[in-house]
Amino acid sequence: MALDTTQIQDKLVATFGESVFNFTQEKSIFSLEVASDKITAVLLFLKNDETLRFNFLTDLCGIHYPENDESHQFTVVYHLHNWIDNVRIKIKSYISGTNPEIKTVSNIFLCANWMERETYDFYGINFIGHPQLKRILNMDEMISFPMRKEFPMEDGGRTDKDDRFFGRTIDNC
Amino acid sequence: MSELLLPPEHRYAEIIKKRQNEDGSELSILNLGPTHPATHGIFQNILLMDGERILEAEPTIGYIHRAFEKIAENRPFYQITPLTDRMNYCSSPINNMAWWMTLEKLLDIEVPKRAQYLRVIVMELARITDHLICNSILGVDTGAYTGFLYVFQFREKVYEIYEEICGARLTTNMGRIGGFERDWSPEAFRKLDVFLEEFPVAWKEFENLFERNRIFIDRTVNVGPISAEKAMAYGFTGPNLRAAGVDYDVRVAQPYSSYEDFDFIVPVGKSGDTYDRFCVRNAEVWESISIIKQALAKMPAGNDFHADVPAYYLPPKEDVYHDMESLIYHFKIVMGEVPVPVSEVYHAVEGGNGELGFYLVTDGSRTPYRLHFRRPCFIYYQAYPEMIKGALLSDAIVILSSLNVIAGELDA
Amino acid sequence: MTESKTNMVEAPEGVVGEGFFATKLNDVVGLARANSLWPLPFATSCCGIEFMATMASHYDLARFGSERVSFSPRQADMLMVMGTISKKMAPILRQVYEQMSEPRWVIAVGACASSGGIFDTYSVLQGIDKVIPVDVYVPGCPPRPEQIVDGVMKLQELVKSESVRRRSSPEYQELLASYNIK
Repeated sequence: MALDTTQIQDKLVATFGESVFNFTQEKSIFSLEVASDKITAVLLFLKNDETLRFNFLTDLCGIHYPENDESHQFTVVYHLHNWIDNVRIKIKSYISGTNPEIKTVSNIFLCANWMERETYDFYGINFIGHPQLKRILNMDEMISFPMRKEFPMEDGGRTDKDDRFFGRTIDNC
Repeated sequence: MSELLLPPEHRYAEIIKKRQNEDGSELSILNLGPTHPATHGIFQNILLMDGERILEAEPTIGYIHRAFEKIAENRPFYQITPLTDRMNYCSSPINNMAWWMTLEKLLDIEVPKRAQYLRVIVMELARITDHLICNSILGVDTGAYTGFLYVFQFREKVYEIYEEICGARLTTNMGRIGGFERDWSPEAFRKLDVFLEEFPVAWKEFENLFERNRIFIDRTVNVGPISAEKAMAYGFTGPNLRAAGVDYDVRVAQPYSSYEDFDFIVPVGKSGDTYDRFCVRNAEVWESISIIKQALAKMPAGNDFHADVPAYYLPPKEDVYHDMESLIYHFKIVMGEVPVPVSEVYHAVEGGNGELGFYLVTDGSRTPYRLHFRRPCFIYYQAYPEMIKGALLSDAIVILSSLNVIAGELDA
Repeated sequence: MTESKTNMVEAPEGVVGEGFFATKLNDVVGLARANSLWPLPFATSCCGIEFMATMASHYDLARFGSERVSFSPRQADMLMVMGTISKKMAPILRQVYEQMSEPRWVIAVGACASSGGIFDTYSVLQGIDKVIPVDVYVPGCPPRPEQIVDGVMKLQELVKSESVRRRSSPEYQELLASYNIK
């Protein structure tokens, strides 16, 4: 029997109540929000339940929303995939801007290990309980988190570029 | 120069001090450094070795981190295609088409059947070239240089086909939102026919060189096996996962661009070792040849090669110079005056290495708010230290080649 | 000699006699070096695949004397940097360059090695000439194999006309000192 989104929603709400909310169907993927302290419980439930069976973590990434209010500045997005019934689901979990931290899921899905390191490297989100949370793509000595919106894309230390020829102003480079 | 040496308080230095073998020999550290003839791309592995056996490995990546995701937040949609080219540069058309399909999903654009079939042809050609490089380099790493030279000639033929379609050899930057930028010339189809005649003969020769070759079998059977459960836990997709026995293929699970019209099998291995990965890729090349032949046979008549979406499809330059409407649309598209919905979309395709996904978050402006690439190489390379535990050093090299890790996709 | 289509390298200017050929040492050494340049392929990304195409049978860099690619810096003459060099990789590139023995030449293949290419970001080195001296730049993204061969041919011209005393001259020492290379 195919798994449909009302079943998923009902099961999740029945087990977690207020911690799961904002269920939407966006462009053929069913997405929901989860409170950040319940994320490991929700993912474990999605993986182990006999009807839900979301056995594969497709993707894990972070997004920075500097315009949002303080407790919703960062979000960690999880894409899960149920291979048996061929259903995808997207889970977003908002965390605070001043002290972004969330529990790791690398003990539930082994592939989350490096994906969380990458998210830490880019955004500075602390994954509590991660076995080896250090930078993975950038240089180890880097102190800032480059994917945050306030960090510039280009290297500010260059002396050989004349901004007049590139139409650059302070806010667009 | 000394800052590149291992610090004395490193974990491995302590293990070496603590443990002494019975015959008086010590453990040693070997740096399979970022520049190495056999690592195809730059990534480093610091190995703790007991003689020739590897006990532990510590990988370091990021030596070619080019900040694609940051660049993508500052570029309009059609300027992101060159970035996608340079991720898995052995099969760039697949990345290009995946990006266009993500945008078409976002904007709800329906691509005409003929353009979809053309996309399938070019994606399968790219898959052939990707597997061609991977398997021939695996041969080179076991000492068989001839296979590489023979097979690379056909990669040149595919480059000529790409040049007829889009003008570039390797980093193709092919396509537009809704299809292609120009129709394929008759010369492209002629070259494709010649390729489909000559390549299967050469590929059969290549397979014969390796599949029953005693030396190759000794080097690759039971080397670096991985079980299906471990592979799924580590996020493997693509030929590496199929070699372990799981038949997950994005083209079958969630068909895109008319893949459901074609009849192909998904080859699956048994034990997930290097030999199985090699054979799965070989079999996939045969399936790709069959898909291309089916697409050519079933190609819809006519010559529409793009969807009728003037608001998003850049008009041909000749029209821009003569036709007022084209000029206006060109201006609007380039300056970002076209309506872009505020939405999130995730689209996955079957790349040469597995599920290549694009997660796009838009905010209505002409550049993405966030674009994340789900890169298969990055995810399955995590399993490499575990796969080489207990193996010999030369096996570690062969395992790395068979995984087909492409540095551009690893670091992005 | 049979009628062959092989292009023989021209002999340098000199005086020919019965059993001897007198010419300048510079010319002979230059000729020998130019026609046996062993590359060290420092291939990092997409340009590396075009290098593989150049070394394969269609374009065949080996006919210019580069038959043996050496991955050991001590045994290589020219360092071909192909692909993007990030700031994390720059010290390693420098270490490889320093380990090469004189005479050594550097070709920067591709836009990324020449100037950072399309990646004007915080993590990419904007051109390898920020860390090592470069002799020939081959632009392109990626350059066609013919362009890479053209770059090697230009380097051959440089090598042929180089003086044997160049590596110990004060100008060369000054060049190395400007990069802080001992």
